[in-house]
Amino acid sequence: MAGIALDGKVPAGALGEKWSRHRFDVTLVNPANKRHYSVIVVGSGLAGASAAASLAELGYEVSCFCIQDSPRRAHSIAAQGGINAAKNYPNDGDSVYRLFYDTIKGGDYRSREANVYRLAEVSNAIIDQCVAQGVPFAREYSGLLANRSFGGAQVSRTFYARGQTGQQLLLGAYSALSRQIGLGAVTMHPRHEMLELVVIDGVARGIVTRDLVTGRLHSHAADAVVLATGGYGNLYYLSTNAMASNVTATWRAHKRGALFANPCFVQIHPTCIPVSGAHQSKLTLMSESLRNDGRVWVPRTQGDTRAPAGIPEAERNYYLEERYPAFGNLVPRDVASRAAKEVCDRGYGVGATGQAVYLDLRDAIDRVGRTAVEQKYGNLFQMYEQITGEDAYQTPMRIYPAVHYTMGGLWVDYNLMSTVPGLFVLGEANFSDHGANRLGASALMQGLADGYFVLPATIGSYLAEGARAPAGTDHAAFRAAEQDAEQRSRRLLEVSGNQPVDHFHRELGRIMWDRCGMSRNADGLREAAARIPELRERFWREVNVPGSGGDLNQPLERAGRVADFLEFAEVVIQDALARNESCGSHFREEHQSEDNEALRNDADYAYVAAWEHRGVGEPAVLHREPLEFEEVHPTVRSYK
Amino acid sequence: MRWLLDLLSTSIGKKVLMALTGLFLVLFLAVHLYGNLYLYAGEEAFNHHAESISGNALIRIVEVVLFLSIIAHAVSGVQLTIRNRRARPQRYRVKRRAGFSTLASRSMIVSGSVVFIFIVIHLRNFFYEARFGRAAAGESLYRVVSETFALPGYAALYVIAMVLLGVHLAHGFLSALRTLGIEHQRYTPVLRGVGLLLAVGFAAAFASMPIVFFVRSLA
Amino acid sequence: MTLHLEIWRQPGPEAGGGFVSYEMDDAVPDMSFLELLDVLNERLERAGEEPVAFEHDCREGICGSCGFLINGRAHGPLRGVTACQLHLRHFEDGERIVLEPWRARAFPVVKDLVVDRSAFDRVIQAGGFVSVNTGSAPEANALPVPRADSDRAMDAAACIGCGACVASCKNAAAMLFAGAKVTQLALLPQGAPERRRRAAAMVEAMDAAGFGNCTNERECEGDCPKDITFANIARLNREYLAAKLTR
Ligand SMILES: Cc1cc2nc3c(=O)[nH]c(=O)nc-3n(C[C@H](O)[C@H](O)[C@H](O)COP(=O)(O)OP(=O)(O)OC[C@H]3O[C@@H](n4cnc5c(N)ncnc54)[C@H](O)[C@@H]3O)c2cc1C
Ligand code: HEM
Ligand code: FES
Repeated sequence: MAGIALDGKVPAGALGEKWSRHRFDVTLVNPANKRHYSVIVVGSGLAGASAAASLAELGYEVSCFCIQDSPRRAHSIAAQGGINAAKNYPNDGDSVYRLFYDTIKGGDYRSREANVYRLAEVSNAIIDQCVAQGVPFAREYSGLLANRSFGGAQVSRTFYARGQTGQQLLLGAYSALSRQIGLGAVTMHPRHEMLELVVIDGVARGIVTRDLVTGRLHSHAADAVVLATGGYGNLYYLSTNAMASNVTATWRAHKRGALFANPCFVQIHPTCIPVSGAHQSKLTLMSESLRNDGRVWVPRTQGDTRAPAGIPEAERNYYLEERYPAFGNLVPRDVASRAAKEVCDRGYGVGATGQAVYLDLRDAIDRVGRTAVEQKYGNLFQMYEQITGEDAYQTPMRIYPAVHYTMGGLWVDYNLMSTVPGLFVLGEANFSDHGANRLGASALMQGLADGYFVLPATIGSYLAEGARAPAGTDHAAFRAAEQDAEQRSRRLLEVSGNQPVDHFHRELGRIMWDRCGMSRNADGLREAAARIPELRERFWREVNVPGSGGDLNQPLERAGRVADFLEFAEVVIQDALARNESCGSHFREEHQSEDNEALRNDADYAYVAAWEHRGVGEPAVLHREPLEFEEVHPTVRSYK
Repeated sequence: MRWLLDLLSTSIGKKVLMALTGLFLVLFLAVHLYGNLYLYAGEEAFNHHAESISGNALIRIVEVVLFLSIIAHAVSGVQLTIRNRRARPQRYRVKRRAGFSTLASRSMIVSGSVVFIFIVIHLRNFFYEARFGRAAAGESLYRVVSETFALPGYAALYVIAMVLLGVHLAHGFLSALRTLGIEHQRYTPVLRGVGLLLAVGFAAAFASMPIVFFVRSLA
Repeated sequence: MTLHLEIWRQPGPEAGGGFVSYEMDDAVPDMSFLELLDVLNERLERAGEEPVAFEHDCREGICGSCGFLINGRAHGPLRGVTACQLHLRHFEDGERIVLEPWRARAFPVVKDLVVDRSAFDRVIQAGGFVSVNTGSAPEANALPVPRADSDRAMDAAACIGCGACVASCKNAAAMLFAGAKVTQLALLPQGAPERRRRAAAMVEAMDAAGFGNCTNERECEGDCPKDITFANIARLNREYLAAKLTR
C-alpha cells in the first residue's frame, strides 16, 4: 500500500455548491432495491443512532451494535453545553459561511474545507430535525428557540437544552432508532462489542462481535460497515469520557487496513474538577460557560498554602487576563489549558496535589448578586459540591485541564468512507471536520450531520456501484476473524499474573499525559515511545483477568480495550513526533514563539497525517493528504 | 364494547375501574350517612326514612349498581395486588422508604379486605333484615339496629371497620383522582385535604353510631 | 475510613445468589461509591477472584447505567444523586452497607449487581417517539412552543432511564419512566398528533414486560436521581384514558 494516494474525493465546483452537486451526482439506489442491501452500524451515539435510524427509514436492512445495555447510554449522553447551527436567529451576523470559517480557523487550518463547509451547511437541518423529534431545546418567552454564545464564539449560535444538550439530542436519535427497531427495520444488538472487522477481497464485509452477557462470538455479514464508535480519550486513563469509550473498533479496523489520521490531535478541556486521589476513575467537566463570569488565578507565591480567601488581591495572579488582555479568561480551550499547566508546573498550583488553579466567581457574585449567579450556574455549583464537598459560593472552585475529545480518527474521504472500501466512519471516530482543535458545541453537530444527512446520501452510491460477490458468515474470512478474537480473549485469560487491568491502564495514562499531553517535546515523546512497548510486554506477562470468557466478564472487556490502547499509543506518539509544528491541540515545545505562543508551520505540515499499520511494534507508515485552502487563508491565531 | 373489555384487561384500565367504583362507593357513603343520621332523630323518623327508600324503584336500581361496584372493586383490587406482588418475585433484604408512602397507602388490601368482610356481615345484619328479615316482617328497623349495637362484639367490629374505612379513604380518595389523571400543582394539596377530611369524617360519623347505641344500651 | 460492605453476588441469570461481606479499610471520604467498588474489585482481581459486576459508564449521573440499592434505597440515601455521584463523605466511619441489585420480574439479574433493563427499551420502541423521518422536518421555529410547556417537557425529559423508580416502587411499576416520556411528548406540539396512540402502546408494552402497577404512593419520585415528579404518572393515566375513550 506504500504508494497509496489519498483521494479525499472532494467534488468539483464552488465551495457552496459542492454538496448539492454531489448529491445530484451520486448514483441512487432504486427504492425497491434498498431492502436488499444490509448495513451494519457499530455504535449508537449521536452518529450511530442517527445513521441507523435514517438508513432504516430509507429502507436498508440495518443492524446496530453497542456496548452498553441500551443504545440510549452511549457516551454522547454526557455532552452538556450545546450544539451549533448557522440559523442566525439572533440576527447577529452569523451565516453558513461564518460557521464554516470559525470551524476552519478554530481547527487551526488542519481540516478539509469542503467537509467543514458541508457541516455548516447541514447544521440548520439538524436543528429542524431534532425539534421535530421533540427535543426540548431552551426557548424564549416568545416560544421561539433560544441561543447562547459558547466557547468564545462571537455570535450566539449554540442551541441547548439546559446543561443536558447531549442527553436530549441522543434521546431524540435514540427515539428515532427505537421507532425503527419497533418496526423491525433495525435489529439492535446491545451489549455487543465489535472485536474484528472482516475484510474480504479488500472490501469490508462484516464484523465479529462478542456478546458481553454470554461471551459468545458472533459473525455478522453486510454490504457495508459503518463505525460510529466514538473517541479514544480514555487512552489517557483519566478523561472526561465515559468508562467504556475505547479505540478497539477503530483500532481493529486500522489493523485490517483503514488508515488512522492525526491520532495525536487530542483536545484537553481547561475546566475540569481536579484529581482528588489515587482512586480517581474519571474526570468531570465543569461547563466552560463558567469562564464567562469566572476569573482564573493562582497565588503569586509558589507553594502558597493559605486558604484562597486569605490571599489578598495583590498577591493573586490572574494569569490569563495578564497574558491575553483581549480575550482574558475566554481564550480557546487549548490556550487556557496550556496556561494552567504552565503555572502548575512552575509550582503555583493550588489544592492538595498542586495540580489545580482557581476559578473564582467572587467578583461576579459581588457584581450581580448571588441569586443571579445561582440562576445561571446553580446546577454546576451543586455538581461541584457533590464531588468535592466544597461550597463554591464561599470559596473558589479548583479546576484543572483534562483530556476531553479526540480530533484524530480513521481517515475518511468526502463520502465518509475509509481507505477500506465499504467501511464508513462517522462522528468522533473519524478525523474529519475539526482539524487540530474542535470548537465547543461542534462535535454534536458533526455527529448528527454525519448520521442524519451525510452518510444516508453517500452510502447509496457505494452500494449501487460496487458489484460484490455475496459473502455470508460462512466465508473463511469470518472463521478466521472469529478465531483471532477468540484467541485474543483466551490469551488474556491465560496470563494469570498478579496485576489488575487498571494498573496498566493507569500507567499508560500517566505516560501519555506527561509526555504526549498538553505540551510535547521530542525527547519526551521518544522516551514515551520507548516505554510503551515495555509496558505492553509487562501487561501481557503480569495482567490478571479472572473469570471465564463464557459470561459477563468486565475485567476481560477492559483488558481487551487496554491491550488495544497499548498498541495504539505508539502511533499517537509517532504522529506527535512527526508533526514538527505546534497547531491547535498539538503543542510542540520546540515550536513556540518567544512569548510561548504556538508556531504553526503551514509550508511543511498543512496535511492530514494518515498512518498505515505494519504490525504491532512496527513503525506505522505515513501517508499525507495535502490540505488546500481555496477559500480561507491560514492566518496566525492570536488572542492577545 | 370490545374497547371496554380491552381497557379493563390492562393494568391502568383495572385501576380506572377501581377508581370509579371507589369514588362511587364514596358517594354512596355520603348518601348512606345522610340516611343513617336519622338514627339520631329518633325511632319514628329513622324507620320512616328507611321505608321510604326501600320503596323507591330508583334506589333499587342503584343498589344493584352498588353491589356490582363492590364486587368489581374488590375483585380488581385483589387482582392488581396479586399482579403487583408478582412483579417483584424476589424481595429485598433491606428496603428503606424514600418517605412519601404512608401506612394507609401500603395497606390498602388489608383495609379493603376488612371492609369487605365487614360489608358482608353488615348486609346480613341490616340489609337482609330490612328487606327480607325482621323489619320486612313488620319489626322496627331502629330496634334491630339498637339491639345489634348493644352486643359488644358487633359494636367493636363496626368501630374497627369504620376506622379501617377511614384509613382506606385516607389514601384512596386522592389516589382515585390521580388514577383518573387529576393532578395539579395547586389543587392536588387541596384535594388531599378533602380526602383526609372525608376519611376522618366518614369514619367518625359512622363509628359514632355503634358507640352511641352501645353506651345507651349500658345505661 | 472503614466500611463493611455486604454485596449480593450472583454468578449468572439462572444461578442462585447470596450476600458476601467485604471489609473496606482503605475507603476515602472523597471517593465516589463506584470508586469504592473499583478499589474492592482491584483487590479481588489481584487475588484472581471475580470482581463484583456492576454497571457504570459516564460516572457523572447522566447515562443511567449505574444503580443498585444502597442500604435499601435506590442510588443510596441522598435525593437527586446517582450512585456514581454519591461520595463516601455521606457515610459514617464503620458503617455497614448492604448492596442489592434492582429487583423486578421485568429486570432479571444478569450477574451480581447487573440487571437486564431492556424492558425499558421495549417500552420506548412501542411508542416513545415522534414518527418523523429524517429530512421531513419543518423549520425549527415554525411552531412556537410556550416556554412553560417546553420547560415542563424538559423536566420530564431529564429521565436517565436508570430504573430506580422500578426498583424503589413496591409494585415494581414503570409508570414514572413511561409517564415521563409520555408527558414530554404530549406537552410539545410536535408530539401531540400521536399522543393517544403513544400512551396506549406504551402502557401495553409496560404490561407485557411484567412491570407492576402504580398505587399512587410516590416512592419513585423520592428515589429518582433526576427528581422526575410523580405528576407525570397522573399525566400518563390521563393520556391513556383519553386514548382508550376516544379511539
Ligand atoms: C463531558 C463531555 C461533554 C461534552 N460536551 C459537548 C458539547 O457541549 N457540545 C459538543 O458538541 N460536544 C460535546 N462533547 C463531545 C461529544 O459529546 C462527542 O464527541 C460525541 O457525542 C461523540 O458521539 P459519537 O456518536 O461519535 O460517539 P459516542 O457517543 O461515544 O458513541 C459511541 C458508540 O459506539 C459504541 N461502541 C464503541 N466501541 C464499540 C465496540 N468496540 N463495539 C460496539 N460498539 C462500540 C458505544 O457503545 C456507543 O454506542 C462532550 C464530550 C464530553 C466527554
Ligand atoms: C365502602 C367501601 C370502599 C370504598 C369507599 C373504597 C374506596 C376506594 C378508593 C377511592 C380507592 C382508590 C382507587 C385508586 O387508587 O384508583 C380504593 C382503592 C383500593 N380498594 Fe377500596 N374501597 C372500598 C372497599 C374496598 C373493598 C371491599 C376492597 C376489597 C378488597 C378494597 C380494596 C381496595 C384496594 C386493594 C385498593 C388499592 C388499589 C390501588 O391503590 O391500586 N376496597 N378504594
Ligand atoms: S454511571 Fe452514568 S449515571 Fe451513573
